[in-house]
Amino acid sequence: MVVYSARNEQLIKPLFDAYTKETGARVKFITDKEGPLLERLKAEGEHTPADLLITVDAGNLWRAAQEGLLKPTQSTVLQENIPAHLRDPENRWFGLSVRARTIVYNTQKVKPSDLSTYEDLADPKWKGRLCLRTSKKVYNQSLVAMMISEHGEPKTEQIIKSWVGNLATDVFSDDTQVMKAIAAGQCDVGIVNTYYYGRLLVKEPTLPLALFWPNQNGSGVHVNISGAGIIKHAKHEQAALKLLEWLSSQKAQNLFSDTDMEYPANPKIAPDKRVASWGSFKQNLINVSKAGELQDEAVKLMDRAGYK
Amino acid sequence: MMKPDVLKVPFERGVSFFQRAFLDRWQAATLSIAGLVLIPLAVVLFSVFSETNEVWLHFVQTSLVTLLTNTFWLLLGVGVGTTFLGVSLAWLTAACDFPGRRWLDWALMLPLSLPPYVVAFVSIGLLDFTGPVQTQLRLWLGVERLWFPRIRSTGGVIAVMTLTLYPYVYMLARNAFLTQGRRAIEAAQSLGQGRFRGFLGVALPMARPWIVGGLALVLMETLADFGTVSIFNYDTFTTAIYKAWFGLFSLSAAAQLASLLVFIVFVVLLIEQRSRSRRRFSHAGRSSVADRISLRGGRGWLAFAYAISVLGIAFIIPVGQLSVWAFGVFRQDFDLRYLSFLGHSVFLGGAAALLTCAGALILVSANRLRNDLMTRTAVRVATLGYALPGSVLAVGIFIPLIWIDKQMIEWIQTLFGIEIGFILSGTLAAMLLAYLIRFLAVAHGAVDSAMNRITPSLDETARCLGVSGIPLLRKVYLPLLRGGLLTAALLVFVDVMKEMPITLMTRPFGWDTLSVRIFEMTSEGEWERAALPAVALVLTGFIPILLLSRYSSREP
Repeated sequence: MVVYSARNEQLIKPLFDAYTKETGARVKFITDKEGPLLERLKAEGEHTPADLLITVDAGNLWRAAQEGLLKPTQSTVLQENIPAHLRDPENRWFGLSVRARTIVYNTQKVKPSDLSTYEDLADPKWKGRLCLRTSKKVYNQSLVAMMISEHGEPKTEQIIKSWVGNLATDVFSDDTQVMKAIAAGQCDVGIVNTYYYGRLLVKEPTLPLALFWPNQNGSGVHVNISGAGIIKHAKHEQAALKLLEWLSSQKAQNLFSDTDMEYPANPKIAPDKRVASWGSFKQNLINVSKAGELQDEAVKLMDRAGYK
Repeated sequence: MMKPDVLKVPFERGVSFFQRAFLDRWQAATLSIAGLVLIPLAVVLFSVFSETNEVWLHFVQTSLVTLLTNTFWLLLGVGVGTTFLGVSLAWLTAACDFPGRRWLDWALMLPLSLPPYVVAFVSIGLLDFTGPVQTQLRLWLGVERLWFPRIRSTGGVIAVMTLTLYPYVYMLARNAFLTQGRRAIEAAQSLGQGRFRGFLGVALPMARPWIVGGLALVLMETLADFGTVSIFNYDTFTTAIYKAWFGLFSLSAAAQLASLLVFIVFVVLLIEQRSRSRRRFSHAGRSSVADRISLRGGRGWLAFAYAISVLGIAFIIPVGQLSVWAFGVFRQDFDLRYLSFLGHSVFLGGAAALLTCAGALILVSANRLRNDLMTRTAVRVATLGYALPGSVLAVGIFIPLIWIDKQMIEWIQTLFGIEIGFILSGTLAAMLLAYLIRFLAVAHGAVDSAMNRITPSLDETARCLGVSGIPLLRKVYLPLLRGGLLTAALLVFVDVMKEMPITLMTRPFGWDTLSVRIFEMTSEGEWERAALPAVALVLTGFIPILLLSRYSSREP
């Protein structure tokens, strides 16, 4: 069985090793960025050796499905294990872990009661106090895509413009830099994926940082997924399906999400203890495929708003 | 000044039919190499026919002007910076003598083995607001804010790229100055010109093809760079290419933008070639170490201070930081697989270096023996693979490879009725071919400038003695080109070890390398864990650099 993966080696190899140990089925895999992987699948067409595609965002799975690279899978196991908003409505791909994008703040400068929603970060009270990661990262593109689906373009563009106006410094190239800047007092609030927060806190537990779950009275925290779909021309379709079902099962779910401090996609599974200690939250229940559908709108909107 | 056009070799006269047929083999070889490079370029250029008005309109309305001006300033800054550092350091180590010169001579090549995006990350980590430098300063001064030059700025990205790319200019210019006869300079001095004016008026113009060759590599690499500029979040033409592809899901628009890039590079290279096609830059008398200008006392130490500070900023500090990180993750991440990563990197680098040098040798020889428009153009085309952003080129290479594979699968199925998998793609052969396409420009630059050094009268003499064609190449050119070939091999070796997109896309299952390792760590932002493979990369780069320096210091 062959897997093409945009999720990196150290986060998937332990899973495949465990699977081989349990079932004896061998998994070969290759890692690359999503864009090249999709082009590779397209070029290889019906002769592709790949059986399964894994990505770290819904947008690229949506696109792979859109390009006809993935095949619908009827599986009651997957239907039961993965909530409807974390999988393709046409069953071509399934979320396996949840990546929550939330607000992080400096505990010495901000009271949780000052915070409420993503949209509120556009308020003038945050002028010169906001740090963001670049709009070129797909996580921000997905977040803004979800905002477009909720508020429509004109209102979203207003919000993004005001975010840009509130920036304390140029946008950063990764989430860890955003958090370090907040901890060092360069700014007070920012938006990050929770597992980056987890990783940083493991290394530097004393940083004055905390997570805040926004939009709890509204649509909920924006979530993306790391997920997978079976390749249309898979040679080992049944084997790939078994692997996919196994990945949604209890044991694999813990391995899949805990190695990177993400949330299990299967709601019956409890997250890692450290992750659980950040509290529970209401997820945004819009189907994550919207992130793909509206991604190009989101990119253009952020360009127009001057969000670099 | 040397006199150009000393000899016009009477090429066609008295050449037998057989010889003429032989010469055409050179043309054939050049054309096939150019064809090899042209295939992936054509895949990219083909995009010109797709409909992408919407994406273009978006770029024109929002960011095109910024992208173009940013790219312009980056090219200008890095171009001026690398030329200044590369040429001045090469002159000091090759033509002068000062304390520490012997080891600085090779040590100054070391930054070559550091991938620019790694240095970018390290320097932001050290010098940004949250880095140790500013944090300490704030602590000492007891303030919350203080003025400090912004590292994430145009100046910052230019500085980082200059410091990581100057070795291309340094190495080629160093070759030029080492092989340059001192007689012309001595003549200039005896005519009353000072040392500095001798350098500016004689040595520098004589080294021009080498400097321009190195500079061309630097500029192509700068244009195609994605890693460094993304870490600085500095928007250039290349970031727009990736935004069109990954963000707006339009590979066609990305390829169109990339085509424009290739076209510009092609035109610039042609203009440069024309502007020096009438000059010759051959060897004018031997030089020896005894000819070195001795910088005594304060001036010698000044030269030392300059060279050591460049080395310190470009290499010692980043490698120091990387080592600290690598040490921290060593127990967690290091395992025996690193031996295979290392083995794969070295094997791929070495094999690609051999292949690419052979290709460059053919191109350069053909260009000398058959200096017609077709050959010259073919040579230029053959070096364009370096101007494309890596991932775009990787796709351009992958698509035709797969196409051939599919044809083979179908033939075999109709002939023998059996279903087989891909034959070509996923093999090392395909991978090496891809490296050849990518790095021909790098090898060509070094070998071509060495060929420039061979005086045309040598060809004439050889021909009078009845030596031509392959024997001419083997007996006359090859020994004289050895320095250039070694430089080329080193540059390609180190470049292949750093290369990421092509390696990722064409590697056979399980053929992970050190750069793949860096990718695995950095793709989720774990930069400190990427330090381990990065340090391994630097250590591996040491070996060929030492070998080259030992060889070239023995040169006359």
